[in-house]
Amino acid sequence: MSTKIVIEPVTRVEGHGKVTIHLDDMGNVDEARFHIVEFRGFERFIQGRPYWEVPVLVQRLCGICPVSHHLAASKAMDAVIGVDTITPTAEKMRRLMHYGQIYQSHALHFFHLASPDLLFGFDADASQRNVIAVAQEFPQLATQGIHMRRWGQQIIEATAGKRIHGTGSIPGGVNKNLSLEERDRFLADLDQQLQWAREAVAIARDYTMEHLETARGFAAFPSNHVGLVDDEGVLDLYDGRLKAIDPDGEVIFEGMEAHEYSDYLAEEVRPWSYMKFPFIRSLGPRRGWYRVGPLARVNLCRRMGTPEADAAREEFMALTDGKPNHLTLAYHWARMIELLHCAERIGELLDDPDLQGDELTTSGEFRGEGVAIIEAPRGTLFHHYRVDRNDQVTMANLIVSTTSNNEAMNRAVTDVAEKYLSGQRITDGLLNHVEVAIRAYDPCLSCATHALGQMPLSIEIVGPDGAVLASRLKG
Amino acid sequence: MPEEVTLTIDGKKITAKIGQSILEAAEENGVYIPHLCALQELHSTGACRVCMVRIDGRYSASCTQPVSDGLQVEVESDELLEIRKMIVEMLFAEGNHFCPCCEKSGNCELQALAYRLGIDSVRFPYQFPQREVDAEHPDVFIDHNRCILCGRCVEASRNADHKTALEFIGRGKNKRLAVTGIVDLDRADKAVSVCPVGAILLKRQAFQVPLGQRRFDHEPIGAEVESRNPEVRTP
Ligand code: SF4
Ligand code: FES
Repeated sequence: MSTKIVIEPVTRVEGHGKVTIHLDDMGNVDEARFHIVEFRGFERFIQGRPYWEVPVLVQRLCGICPVSHHLAASKAMDAVIGVDTITPTAEKMRRLMHYGQIYQSHALHFFHLASPDLLFGFDADASQRNVIAVAQEFPQLATQGIHMRRWGQQIIEATAGKRIHGTGSIPGGVNKNLSLEERDRFLADLDQQLQWAREAVAIARDYTMEHLETARGFAAFPSNHVGLVDDEGVLDLYDGRLKAIDPDGEVIFEGMEAHEYSDYLAEEVRPWSYMKFPFIRSLGPRRGWYRVGPLARVNLCRRMGTPEADAAREEFMALTDGKPNHLTLAYHWARMIELLHCAERIGELLDDPDLQGDELTTSGEFRGEGVAIIEAPRGTLFHHYRVDRNDQVTMANLIVSTTSNNEAMNRAVTDVAEKYLSGQRITDGLLNHVEVAIRAYDPCLSCATHALGQMPLSIEIVGPDGAVLASRLKG
Repeated sequence: MPEEVTLTIDGKKITAKIGQSILEAAEENGVYIPHLCALQELHSTGACRVCMVRIDGRYSASCTQPVSDGLQVEVESDELLEIRKMIVEMLFAEGNHFCPCCEKSGNCELQALAYRLGIDSVRFPYQFPQREVDAEHPDVFIDHNRCILCGRCVEASRNADHKTALEFIGRGKNKRLAVTGIVDLDRADKAVSVCPVGAILLKRQAFQVPLGQRRFDHEPIGAEVESRNPEVRTP
């Protein structure tokens, strides 16, 4: 095992996000590309490693949502060792960990990364458009964000053992349950958290309603949507069956099980990007691209499954007469509806005595292959492994949420470039709008969360012959 | 010949039994001398040199040096601390020790020693050696990436399990552990349970102990020894 390979993806995501805007012969925007480096090195690195290491190892792939990888790998390894149903205690501990993770991730994104854009406007000067300015002008909001995040992190700590890179979930189950003291500590804060989550939904909703015109003209485009739902079509962030809808909300497929993923989805390679472009097989690469994440999930589920989030979703869907909402900026509102949903789910789980159960693991008949799907904060996440009789991983394939949103982010950037590029000058306005468009998707690059919400970004304008006509660096 | 001898450790008189090593005598008196290869129930081979002390001014491995009357032993000095750190750092540089993903983390003596000695970076260039994983045994997983060649398992296989399931082959930088009798090796063997690092592990046990309940989660390595001596406070 060469440590070089491990370190590489970590250092690679710490670079700048890079956007290239390609002009045609007439000087108009032909397309814009958002370049991100992907984590393919990892899939090679784990070959030969024993399967029980993977749920811990794979978390190193991403510093921002390690819990999602931890759980996706655990679920896939459940299948590898022939465990189809883990114990109720194990499933509920994992769910609690997962809702805690999404809660803290959504709170971080909204209060620390997105709120400066929303509160001060995209055109505001960068010196003002940051979380420090939010803390000065809206101190209550900033503190609230910190407290919400902390609650989620404490839940992760109590279930996974640590706030980041825990070990709580193992193939076949978990390694601990929730003590009554831990439970009571979280219950004591529940009402306050619910209240803050409600307020966050209201802020995001009011913002969207007040800026509907901007939102409609800002990187809004119809797309397919993909996400997990349970057998009744209700949103299920931890487990379920995959569903895809078209821009009108018509079902493309549903009821798909994890192991069938490659029958329904395929990935396209484009020479300029390390990151693949997934698409829905039946529609082909041109029409089959899709969005994942909060917007997709809220759009495609029949219900959220918790009362307050359901009411919030109804309001959200009313805006588009029950049809899917395609506004990139609506991601923020959808994200907050999920935040509220997570708080409600956490509340339900804390009341469940199964969390104090002692049956933590299950064993099964070794199968050697496993696929798992989970809804990470940023969208659907796929883990697929093959393991040989010696317990060593022989194949790993991961489709991370940011990869699924790849095409959508490129479209968003292209749309913004078309509107805000004049001539060959990279203006502040262009830079800001590109940044806001990318950020709406909450891509899991550490550069996207770098420096308290300031995204380091480089933009190049490229002529039809490939020559760089202008470039600018920000952040 | 008297059964007991008297010697001093860092200026303090202690009594020891004839036949004990300095390391054993020190431990019995609540003085922890860092070490990685010596293990009470096994014959010491002096492989790791971490237990280095000064005996009457001369450097020596305390695990192989027998006690004798009147010896002046120096354990705690800036110089010896530096030597220990250097040896441990070499072990890190020489293998592929990736603690964040290692199931032995929190139970690993090498890692615990690095923490205790305050090692936060390694002064030597990492070698990134190409090493193998031996996973053929149904119950035992051997990861040569993490082997520090301490010899415990080899000793245990020979002298406790009375097998020759594990042996060293090669010399110098090419020395490595060889599984000479994979069929002989049994999950209950002593050889399987003595590895100070995560190089020999029972399969399918990883991460079953939650964080906070692992061997070194609350107390540093050596604390157990030092608890025998009320005068010593573990750092
Ligand atoms: S496998 Fe473990 S016990 Fe055996 S020599 Fe290597 S480090 Fe020592
Ligand atoms: S413990 Fe003495 S040489 Fe290793």
